[in-house]
Amino acid sequence: MEDLGEIVGEFLMESHENLDQIDRDLVSLEQEPDSRDLISRIFRAIHTIKGTSGFLAFSRLEKLAHAGESLLSRLRDGVQPVTPETITVLLVTIDGVRSLLASIEEKGTESEVDIDSIIVKVNAQMNAPTEAKAEAPAAAAAPAAEAAPAADGEAPVPLDETPARPVPEPVAEQRQPLGQILVEAGAAQPGDVSTALQQQIEGDERKLGTILLDEGKTQPAAVNEALQSQAAPKRSIADSAIRVDVDLLDTLLNMVGELVLARNQLVRGVMEIGDSGLVRSAQRLGMITSELQAGIMKTRMQPIEHIWSKLPRVVRDLSNSLGKQVQLVMQGKDTELDRSLLEAVKDPLTHLVRNAVDHGIEDPERRAAAGKGTEGTLTLRAYHEGGHVAVEVADDGAGLDVDRIAAKAVEKGLLRPDQVANMDRRDIMAMVFQPGFSTAAKVTNVSGRGVGMDVVKTNIENIGGAVSVDSTPGEGTVWRLTIPLTLAIIQALTVDCGEHRYVVPQVAVLELVFIDGQSTKIEYASGAPVYRLRGKLLPLIRLDRALGLEVGGDQGVYIMVLQADGRRFGMVVDRVLNTEEVVVKALNTRFKDIGLYAGATILGDGKVGLILDVSSLARRSHLAVDSERENVVANSKASGEGKMQRLLVTAVGERRVAIPLDTVTRLEEFPKDRIEHAGSREVVQYRGQILPLVRLSHLLGAYGEEPEGDTVSVVVYSEGGRSVALVVDRIVDIAENSTAARRDAEEDGLVGTAVIQQRVTELLDVRRAILAADPNFYSDASDDMLVEA
Amino acid sequence: MASRQFATFEVDGQLFGVEVHTVQEVLSYNEYTPVPLAPKAVGGLFNLRGQVIAAVDLRVQLGLARQALQGPVMNVILRGDGEPVSLLVDKIGEVVDLDDETFEPPPDTLSGPTRELVVGTFKLDGRLMLALDVNQAVDTYRATN
Repeated sequence: MEDLGEIVGEFLMESHENLDQIDRDLVSLEQEPDSRDLISRIFRAIHTIKGTSGFLAFSRLEKLAHAGESLLSRLRDGVQPVTPETITVLLVTIDGVRSLLASIEEKGTESEVDIDSIIVKVNAQMNAPTEAKAEAPAAAAAPAAEAAPAADGEAPVPLDETPARPVPEPVAEQRQPLGQILVEAGAAQPGDVSTALQQQIEGDERKLGTILLDEGKTQPAAVNEALQSQAAPKRSIADSAIRVDVDLLDTLLNMVGELVLARNQLVRGVMEIGDSGLVRSAQRLGMITSELQAGIMKTRMQPIEHIWSKLPRVVRDLSNSLGKQVQLVMQGKDTELDRSLLEAVKDPLTHLVRNAVDHGIEDPERRAAAGKGTEGTLTLRAYHEGGHVAVEVADDGAGLDVDRIAAKAVEKGLLRPDQVANMDRRDIMAMVFQPGFSTAAKVTNVSGRGVGMDVVKTNIENIGGAVSVDSTPGEGTVWRLTIPLTLAIIQALTVDCGEHRYVVPQVAVLELVFIDGQSTKIEYASGAPVYRLRGKLLPLIRLDRALGLEVGGDQGVYIMVLQADGRRFGMVVDRVLNTEEVVVKALNTRFKDIGLYAGATILGDGKVGLILDVSSLARRSHLAVDSERENVVANSKASGEGKMQRLLVTAVGERRVAIPLDTVTRLEEFPKDRIEHAGSREVVQYRGQILPLVRLSHLLGAYGEEPEGDTVSVVVYSEGGRSVALVVDRIVDIAENSTAARRDAEEDGLVGTAVIQQRVTELLDVRRAILAADPNFYSDASDDMLVEA
Repeated sequence: MASRQFATFEVDGQLFGVEVHTVQEVLSYNEYTPVPLAPKAVGGLFNLRGQVIAAVDLRVQLGLARQALQGPVMNVILRGDGEPVSLLVDKIGEVVDLDDETFEPPPDTLSGPTRELVVGTFKLDGRLMLALDVNQAVDTYRATN
C-alpha cells in the first residue's frame, strides 16, 4: 500500500466502505423497488467511485462504474423498472468493481481483471424490454411528494426564486425538516408551515421554503440559514471523529492491562498496611483505573452491524440459487463487541446463516404444504446479557429432526442406542456440534459436508464463548452464540491446589460448595468421585489428579461447580481465595499442546498464575457425554434479564451497600457488650447458636468512625443451616432495583454498583463477601460453632 | 580475522556460551510457577516486568537432575523466535570475544544429550567453552524425557 500513495490508499478504503453500503442498499432496493432514496444513494456512491477513478486514471474501473451508473440512471429516471434481474446485474457490477479494487491494492494495476463481460450484461439489461415503462414515472412521482418535507434538497425542482444556496449533499436521516427549524428559530409560524406542508401533499411541487417565501410568511435570510443548519449535522460528525490506528489502541489496551495489574498489587499491599488514608486513595485509583479501562475498551468496540452488513447479500444470493424466499430481519445492530472478537465471530456467524438458509428454511412448496407463508424469516438478534453478548440466528423453518440426529449419532458411534432413550432432546441436538456430523440428506456446496458446526463451536470456544442450539419441530431453530465482551481482562476466581495457585474464569463457575466431610461429603461410585448436589449426582474432577500432582484428601476442600461445553461438573480444589479481574497473557506456544491452560496471568503478589481451561479439563478427564448436562439456553433464561430485585439498602461508613433481600433472614440489633470473641473473630450468642459477625466496613475497606450508640445493626444471613451476621452502620431502606442499571465492580464481594434513590449503591454478593472475609468460614462454622443442628 | 562475542555461563562445572546477539538479558529470579504436565525440561514460568516467560531448565536438557528452584536461580533470557525464553543455569560467566580460529567441532568423544545441544568447542585460556545451539537448547520437546 505504501508505494501507491496516500490518495490511492484513501480512495481504496473509502470505496470498500461505499461498496459494502451499495450491497446493502441494492438488496433493500429489491425489497422496495420504488424507493428513490435508495436509488439515489446507490447512484451517488457509484458516481463518486467513477469520478475518483477517472481522476486517478484507473480507466477500466471508470468504464465499469460508468456502465453501472448508466443503468442506475435509467432506474432513477423511471425509464425501466427495478427487477431482480437488474439487481443481480448491478451486484455483479459491484463485484467487478471490488475485484478491480483488490487488484489495484495488490498489484497496483487494474489491467488483469475482466470487465467486458460484465459491461455486456449491463448493456443487455439496459436494452431489455420494459413493460413497466408506462407506470414508472407515476411511481417515481409518488414518493417525491411523500418525502417532500424531509427530503427537500433532493427534489429536482430548481430553487430559482430563493436566494438560498442548494444543499450540496442531502443527508436525509440526520436532517431536521426545514419547517421545524424555521419554527424553532421563530422565523415562521407553525400554522403557516402546516398549511404549506398541506399544499405540498395536495400536489404543489414547490419546495417548502419557496412556498413560505412566496406567501411572505418568512424571510429569505432565515430560509438560507435554516438550509445551512440542515446540512450542518453531517459536518459536525466528520469533525468530531478521527481515524485511529488499531495498533495504537492495542498498545493502549495492553498498557491499561498493566495498570490494572499494578493497581491490584497496590490495593493488596495497602490493605495489608491498613492505613485508612491510603486505602481511600487506593480505592480512588481503582475507580479511575476501571473507568480508564472501560474507556479504552470502548474505543475498540464496534457495532455488530459491521459483520452483519455482508449477510443480506449472502442470504439473497443463497436463497435465490436454492429457489427459496427468505426475509432477513436484524435486531440489535448497535450491540457492540470488541473488534478482535468481531473478527473471530464473523465466519462462524456466516456459516450459521448459510446453514439456516440451506437447511433450516424449507422451499416455498414445502412451506405452503406445512401451512406457513412461502417466505421464510431469518432473524439475527444481538443483545447484552450478563457480561456477555448473545447473538442468535433464528429461522422459522422445519426445525431439527431429533430422531434423525440420534440415529446418525448412533450410526457414527458417538452414542450408544441405550443412551439415546435417556437423553434430553437438547442434548441430542447438541450432537450436531460433534466433528464429522451432518444430517443433511444431500451434500450441497454450501453445507452438509460435516465440516462446519464443529468448527463454529471450536472457533467460538477459542474466544471464550459458547454455542447452543434449540429447536421446535415445525417452528424453527435458534442457534445461539454467547460471546464475552472482551478477551483481555476477565473476572476470575483464584484457587489453591496443593502448593500452587490457579485461576478459574468466573464465567464457568456456577457455585462453590465446601466439603466438611460431615454434612457434605464426596462419595464414590465404583471409584468415580461424585457429590450429591441438591439430590442430583455431580461428577467430580480432582484438580490435583488432573494436573498430575499429589492427590490430597476429601475433607476441608471446596467443590467448584463448573459448566463448560453445556456440561456440568464439580472440580475439587483445596481452597478458594477470592475473585479478581485478571489480565490474560498469552501462554508460550510450547504449552499449547498441554491444552489444560487457557493462558497465564500475573497475580496480585507478582507471581505467574495459570488460567485453567475448564472445557478441556472436562474433556481430558473423560467426562462422558452421558454425564449430567445442563442446557445453556435454559439456564440463562432461568436467570432472567431485567427482572426486579428487592434490595435491602444499608449504610456502611459513607457508602451505601445493597443486599439482595431474598438472602436476608432477619434484621437484628445487638447490644455492643454482647459481642464476644472466639479466636480472632467476633461472635454473639443468638437463639442458641454462636453467630459469627462479619463487619462489612472492614470487608469493603470503608474504615470510618465506629457509629455511636450501644448497639450494632446486623443483617442475619443463613444458608444450609448456617448463619452469619453482617454488621452495618444502619439499615436505610428496602428498594426495588432493575438489574439492568448495573456496572461491574472490581472489589471482592461486590456484584456491581447501581443508582438507588439517587445514590450510588454497591450491590453485595453475600456468599462471596463471606468467603472473601474468611475463606475458612464455612468449615469453622460447621465444625464447632454451630451448636444446634 | 573474524571474531564473535559470546555470553558464557556454567552448568555442572562446564562452561557454555551463546552468541551475545541472541541474549535479551540476564537476571536472577526467585519465584517460578510450575506448569503441571508440561515437558520435564520446563522449570516454570515467571513474571518479567509483566511478561510471562517460560524458563527451560538447561540441566534437564543436558540429562542432569533438575534445578531445585529454591532461592534465586540465574536466567539467561534469549530473544527466541517472537517470544523470549529463559535458560536456567548455575552461574553466569563473562562476555568473551572469540576468534573463529579457536573454534573446533565438538570432540568425537562427546556423546549423550550434550552432544545434540552443542555446535562446537572454543579453546579459551585454560578451559573449553561449548557453544550451544540456541534452538535445540530451548526445545523442550526433545526426546530427553
